[in-house]
Formats: sequence, C-alpha cells, structure tokens
Amino acid sequence: MNKTWNNKAWFLVMPVLLLVAFSAIIPLMTVVNYSVQDTFGNNQFFWAGTDWFTDVLHSDRFWDALIRNLIFSFVILAIEVPLGILIALNMPKRGIGVPVCLVLMALPLLIPWNVVGTIWQVFGRVDIGLLGHYLRILGIDYNYTQDPVDAWVTVIVMDVWHWTSLVVLLCYAGLASIPDAYYQAAKIDGASGWSVFRYIQLPKMKRVLLIAVLLRFMDSFMIYTEPFVVTGGGPGNSTTFLSIDLVKMAVGQFDLGPAAAMSIIYFLIILLLSWVFYTVMTSQDAKS
Amino acid sequence: MSTSDAKRSWSWVIPTLYILFLILPIYWLINMSFKSNSEILGDFSLWPQRPTIANYMVIFTDPSWYNGYINSIIYVVMNTVISVAAALPAAYAFSRYRFLGDKHLFFWLLTNRMAPPAVFALPFFQLYSAFGLIDTHIAVAIAHCLFNVPLAVWILEGFMSGVPKEIDETAYIDGYSFPRFFVKIFMPLIASGIGVAAFFCFMFSWVELLIARTLTTTDAKPIAATMTRTVSASGMDWGVLAAAGVLTIIPGALVIYFVRNYIAKGFALGRV
Repeated sequence: MNKTWNNKAWFLVMPVLLLVAFSAIIPLMTVVNYSVQDTFGNNQFFWAGTDWFTDVLHSDRFWDALIRNLIFSFVILAIEVPLGILIALNMPKRGIGVPVCLVLMALPLLIPWNVVGTIWQVFGRVDIGLLGHYLRILGIDYNYTQDPVDAWVTVIVMDVWHWTSLVVLLCYAGLASIPDAYYQAAKIDGASGWSVFRYIQLPKMKRVLLIAVLLRFMDSFMIYTEPFVVTGGGPGNSTTFLSIDLVKMAVGQFDLGPAAAMSIIYFLIILLLSWVFYTVMTSQDAKS
Repeated sequence: MSTSDAKRSWSWVIPTLYILFLILPIYWLINMSFKSNSEILGDFSLWPQRPTIANYMVIFTDPSWYNGYINSIIYVVMNTVISVAAALPAAYAFSRYRFLGDKHLFFWLLTNRMAPPAVFALPFFQLYSAFGLIDTHIAVAIAHCLFNVPLAVWILEGFMSGVPKEIDETAYIDGYSFPRFFVKIFMPLIASGIGVAAFFCFMFSWVELLIARTLTTTDAKPIAATMTRTVSASGMDWGVLAAAGVLTIIPGALVIYFVRNYIAKGFALGRV
C-alpha cells in the first residue's frame, strides 16, 4: 500500500509511545544506572565504570547459563518445528474436527506459566505422578529432582507440550491460505505427496514458519517460570537458564551491580536477535 | 488415488496422539483435584476412588484464595482494554502514513516484546514504588503493556493494511471527521482483528507471572502467585494446589471457545 507522508501521524502514535516509554525506558535507565555503580547499602553509590561488565563477561557462571540456554533453545526448536509442521499437515481440513482440534491444541497456551510448571512437577513425580509412576514400573530410573539428564528431559518435554501448538496453529493458518486450485493442479500433474509439500505447502508456510521460529527462539531464550517451578534451576545448576540466573543474582543475592550488567548484556543479545528478525521480516515483505 | 485416500484415512492418528499427549497431564491435575491428600499420597489410582470437592470448597470459601482470581481477572481485563485502545490509533498511523522515524519506532516497539521480563522485574518494583502504585491492579495492567501493546500494534497493523485506503478517502469526502470515521466505519471493518488482538493481550497478560508477582503483595496478588501458599509446614497441600490449577485453566478455555473461529487467522497475525 502506498502511504502518504504525514508527520501528524505522530499524534496517533503518542499514547503507545508514552505507555511503553514509561514501562521500558525508565526501568532500563535504572538498570544502566546500577550497572556502572557499586553500593554498600544506605543508598550510597560509587562509580564502578565497566567493572561489572568485565566481571560478568569473565565469569564462568554467565557463560555456562548462556550456553545452557542456547542448547535448550536449539533442542526445543529442533523438536517443535518439525513436529508442528507434521501435525499441521495432518489436521482435518473441514468439519467438526477443525474447531475441536484448534480449541484442544490452544489449551496449553492459555495456562498460566507457573501452572504449566505445577502440572509437570506433579505429572513427573515418582510418588504421585502418572508419568513418574509408570516410568518406574517400566523399570526406568527416572527422578527429575536428582538426575540432571532427567531434569533436562522433563523441561524439554514440558516446553514441547506447552508451545508446539503455537507452531501448529501458525502453520495451519499458513496452509489454510492455499487455494484448492493449487492442489487440483498438482493432482493433474501427478505430483507426489513430497513434491506437493516441497513446492506448494512449504513456500506458503515460509512466512509463518519464520514467525514461529523466531517467536519460539525469543521466548525460549527468556524462559523463567516453568523450569523454575519444576526444577528450581537444579539439580545443582543444571537447568539454570539466563533468566533464572539473573533473578537469583538480583533478588536472591541482591548483587545489583553484576545483575544489572548481566541484564544489559542479555538485553543486547536479544536486541541483536530482534534486529535480525525485523530485517529478515521486512525484506520478506518487500519481496512479496 | 488409492494412496492418497489411504493417507487421508490415517491422517487423524497424528493429531489424535498429539491431543492425547496434551490432555494427559491436564487430566492428571483434574484427577488429583478431586482426591483428598491422603488418597493422593496413599494409593495410586487412575481416577478418584473417593471423589471429593473439599479442595474446591477451600478455594471458594477462603477470600485469600478466590480474591486471587478476581485480582487476576481485573488486571488482565484492564490491560486488554488499555492495550487495544492505545494500539488502535497507532496501528492506523503505521498502516496508513509514513512519518519521521516510523520504521525505527516500530522496531523499538517490537524490541519491547522481546525484552526478558527478568530484566525488568527489579527496576519495575522501584519505579512503581516511587509512584506509590505497588500492589494495585493498574500497576500490573500498565506493566503488562510493555509486551502487549507492541503485539497489539503489530496484529492490528496487519489487519488494517488489508482494508483498502479508498474507504478512508471516500469517508472523508462524505464529510466524516477522523474520530467519527474511525469509530463508525473503520472499527467495524477490522472487528475480527480487534478480537484477535484482544485475545492475544488477554492470553499473555493471563499467563505472565514474574512481573505480576513482583508488583503485588496482597491486595492485587494474582491467583498464580497465591498458589505458592500451598507449601506449608505440614508439607504440600497437593489437592488444593491441583484444584487451584484446574480453576486457572477455565478462563483460558472459555476465551479460546469464544474466539475459536478466528484462532487460525489470528495466529497468522492477519498477514498470510
């Protein structure tokens, strides 16, 4: 759509600008403020320069949490995206099955995140949980509170349970926009199931898949509540992701300086990723 | 043809298995919510042997429990109204006009959707303390605007760009003022978009806990935070925890049911 140049449009944007600025810029300035100062209580602050940043960048704790978080994000993407596509391709196209599937699949998305944690905490428990109980009966030594591998598996399965539906619904929306004529043409040409997927369905899903991958990446990169409820970051530090580490540092130990420096580094990583996201998205828009 | 028919007849298997996988943990929570604590910890059974609604009675009779639900619903509705109301004119501006710094502004808005709540938890507490807003519903509603307003702008902009510009121009020629045109003509045209945006704002405000918990202590405490109370000296009160969890699923389920016909379109953000 060709847009008219009109700077008065700023008046229309003003409410959003004020609202978000209040909640974004002032808190961000507070964080910047803490990141360059040291305090010994009593509201006395001393200039610390970039000390906290070098500290954080040289601490194993930060890098470990970052690497854990990256591995987590890649694992859940590798499971959720193909699984989501597979389910979306097999969804009913019409009839009563459509709303039933959509409503049931959207259900986990609307459950408060700590309740998601609670559900899996209970479900996986060896003494009272369905999953834990039957794994025990099958002879699998499963205990997510003591074994780091079990804790990881639980957190990943929980995330797959929680978020695959988002990928499914996005892909389903993409598939629904393909006109029937495309499929009829493919049938006349005798195209195989794979080539229908490769040359008709996949290109049409490209845009929504991009949204799905990036939303899932961002959200898994900031995951906090669900693993915190289930494992509390443990056993040991094995499921301590960036956000959990940050809250531990800021609220638990009240190390404001390092926590603020870490917040800024964390935020810069996200900013960089958002920029890549936005650039890719807008170049897609420009092409279509 | 025979192969594709065979494929069709088996295609229900995958969604069914997936839905089963989604339902099982929820079923287990429901199952537990109808058991007494002694039954939960005592004998393992796939359905309640001695069903009881005592856990639900605890929640419905104790104000500190049911107020949690009222608090959550109050701030979620406030947030949805504020987010959509603020996002409507902004989305119109982004979809219809070019102006100084528009692209930078749009990007900056989106970065806030990507900002980790953990980064903002502590500064939010100090900011809202300074304004004396701690433990009020409006504090949580405004704080959740941080990620809901950008999302609402994004979704609405997608829907608005689908409305031809000629409609605006015709209305202005017919002598409509901007506010009258916007409310009388434009908003009905993008009604489904407004519904979808409201759904997403509701969803993300309802499920968020970290910020909501940080900004509240008692009077506006969300139900999700109240649930941590079930840990007491005598151990976990699993039954009440399960019942409280089940009750937090219901509002979401109701909202999905009402917007079920728009869900697919909404997840495509009006852009496919």
